[in-house]
Amino acid sequence: MIRSLLLIAVLVLVPVTGFAGGGETVPPPHHHWHFSGVNGTYDKAALQRGYKVYREVCASCHSMKQLSFRNLTDLGYDDSQVKAIAGEYSVVDGPNEEGKMFERPARPSDAFPSPFENDKAAAYANGGALPPDLSLIIKARHHGPDYIHAILTGYKDAPHDAHLLEGQYWNKYMPGHVIAMAPPLSDGQVAYEDGSPDTLDQYASDVVEFLTWAGDPYMETRKRTGMKAIIFLLVFAGVMYGVKRKIWSDVH
Amino acid sequence: MGSGERIEFDNKVVNWIDERLPLFTLMQKEYGVFPTPRNFNYFWNFGAIAMFMLIAMIVTGIFLAMNYTPHVDMAFDSVERIDRDVNWGWMLRDIHMNGASFFFIAVYVHIFRGMYYGSYKKPRELLWILGVVIFLLMMATAFMGYVLPWGQMSYWGATVITNLFSAIPFVGDSIVTLLWGGFAIDNPTLNRFFALHYLMPFVILAVVFLHVWALHICGSNNPSGIEPKGKQDTLPFHPYYTMKDTFGLLVFLVVFCVFVFYAPDYLGHPDNYKEANSLVTPAHIVPEWYFLPFYAILRAITFDIGIPFTDITIISAKLGGVISMFGSIGLLLILPWLDTHPIRSCRYRPKYKFFLLVFLVVFCMLGYVGSQSADAMFFGLPMTLVGILCTTYYYGFFLVIIPWLNNTEKGRDLPKSIHDAVLQAEREKA
Ligand code: HEC
Ligand code: HEM
Repeated sequence: MIRSLLLIAVLVLVPVTGFAGGGETVPPPHHHWHFSGVNGTYDKAALQRGYKVYREVCASCHSMKQLSFRNLTDLGYDDSQVKAIAGEYSVVDGPNEEGKMFERPARPSDAFPSPFENDKAAAYANGGALPPDLSLIIKARHHGPDYIHAILTGYKDAPHDAHLLEGQYWNKYMPGHVIAMAPPLSDGQVAYEDGSPDTLDQYASDVVEFLTWAGDPYMETRKRTGMKAIIFLLVFAGVMYGVKRKIWSDVH
Repeated sequence: MGSGERIEFDNKVVNWIDERLPLFTLMQKEYGVFPTPRNFNYFWNFGAIAMFMLIAMIVTGIFLAMNYTPHVDMAFDSVERIDRDVNWGWMLRDIHMNGASFFFIAVYVHIFRGMYYGSYKKPRELLWILGVVIFLLMMATAFMGYVLPWGQMSYWGATVITNLFSAIPFVGDSIVTLLWGGFAIDNPTLNRFFALHYLMPFVILAVVFLHVWALHICGSNNPSGIEPKGKQDTLPFHPYYTMKDTFGLLVFLVVFCVFVFYAPDYLGHPDNYKEANSLVTPAHIVPEWYFLPFYAILRAITFDIGIPFTDITIISAKLGGVISMFGSIGLLLILPWLDTHPIRSCRYRPKYKFFLLVFLVVFCMLGYVGSQSADAMFFGLPMTLVGILCTTYYYGFFLVIIPWLNNTEKGRDLPKSIHDAVLQAEREKA
């Protein structure tokens, strides 16, 4: 039975893996990320740079509702730094004793403030296209990191037969190639303090690292826990195999 | 269970309890000395694995429910809170999410084992039927569970599947209204799905109890498909199979953990990380992988069935799809009466074995078809054609091939006993 099943597995997997996908989307180029692989971790410096890019560029259009300032300690900031970062923002709180809403500086426990009151306002300000919340954007796309990197660097002159409306741009990697986000990044736009190159490619890589963390903040714990769990199970399975062999030795 | 002879236990407390409620005697009889065929291979491991997964799903599910909010405005965010802010919440959710997939893997293997070794045949028909009932309940449970995170695939999957019921003549629309709790998928739908999703695993547990009870009445089948004839053919369940099952389970869990900890979203769909939005339809609506073969059968019927040369439609394409989908599981229910061949195991039925393995390929192929959009191509063939061909084989296998083999397949000579079968196998190996 095992032999037949293996043959079947091959028969089935060849068409499935060989022909999956297709369509008019362009597969994004594959990158090696600091966080990929069994031992991959987040590069804290890249996370901080990526956050800077998000803060200075993307945050004017995109919310990140699932994140709070307190989460920023993961990027290597200490509590006082997080407090200082939060303090640069103001949030609406209330109602106070008089029943009025009031503004106050944000605290680490506050969520990232959104750039627009609501989705309608966000879409209205962007010519009808809603800038999606970026908290989970990496998980919400196939090959998330590679794809987002490709989107940010994939703006090209539109081919002659493309019909672009006002506020639309041609992007090689967007499904259908038409995107309603103006190229958000270009060389030299964000001033890095750690000497990393101020290039589009670097910005895109850093912001992807940051967004990946934002969607999957427990990745490092997850992989570490997984390693322990799997080693435990393998050892346990090895022991049980020995026990089973011993018990069955009088049967065979 | 009450009467019958009882052996004394050495431990006083155990004995005291056992005199009043013979739990320990029961365990001893059903899992200690229970005579089990000596020639099981690892395919007999998957019942125990499925049992483990069921328990794991219930335990993780209860903890998830403590932190989940079944409201359309809060469900998506509450799942994110579980992932981000609940202690070890990410692990609970990754186990539960991937656990569903691995539960289905175990049960699919378990069902296929039954088909390969003829475990559905007399006297195990009811055992088999209870199994199919479990499978149906699992599908319903998994479907409703997938709606709970209220992502795009949750919402649109629920839309597609609940709409199917509207194809049923006369009562269809009322059923859909009942499922929805209103006239659209909305908060009442989410609430009732949550309540049912919490309930159904316990119903499954009850049916599993009946399933195992039935198993212990007729005893297990085995790879040779012949009944044990005496002591030399069986072993006590403990320690032989308790130890073997534990080993197999651990190996299964290693693979499971690779997914849970290293690729927790691999089996899911990225669209479910977008919050449900009734105004934006996803490009492809696809169910979870374990539904794909049945989804393909559902979509295979793309034509109305009517009276020839008239415009009268008797069965619309939609109803046809629904009937063929439910029918495909119905066939499993009546399999014990379709296959009346006296030989159980494929080992001694080369022809049935051949067609069954083709069936397995076709079933996987259907899964592939189900994952593709309707206008996709497969080696130059339209996907819809591949779908209808595979569906035809699925039905043909049960309704034509199996009955035909009943009358024509002679099969190989059966060994005299399990003991003989084991010796024969060992001789072949040497
Ligand atoms: C001027 C406003 C604006 C800025 C600044 C901006 N975006 Fe966007 N973004 C949009 C809009 C509008 C859309 C929706 C585009 C569409 O649906 O065609 C969008 C879409 C996206 C998408 C989704 C693409 C897809 O696959 O659907 C991503 C990812 C994205 N933006 C990332 C970023 C990042 C990263 C930054 C910062 C470097 C950024 N954006 C800066 C307006 C903006
Ligand atoms: C919740 C899911 C299920 C659980 C927990 C479960 C549990 C078990 C267990 C513990 C056994 C004995 C061990 C074994 O033979 O593997 C068993 C046997 C069996 N199960 Fe299941 N089962 C489940 C689903 C199913 C389904 C869906 C089917 C078929 C449609 C099925 C059909 C059978 C049959 C025919 C046997 C007897 C097998 C033999 O003796 O050859 N089971 N089940």
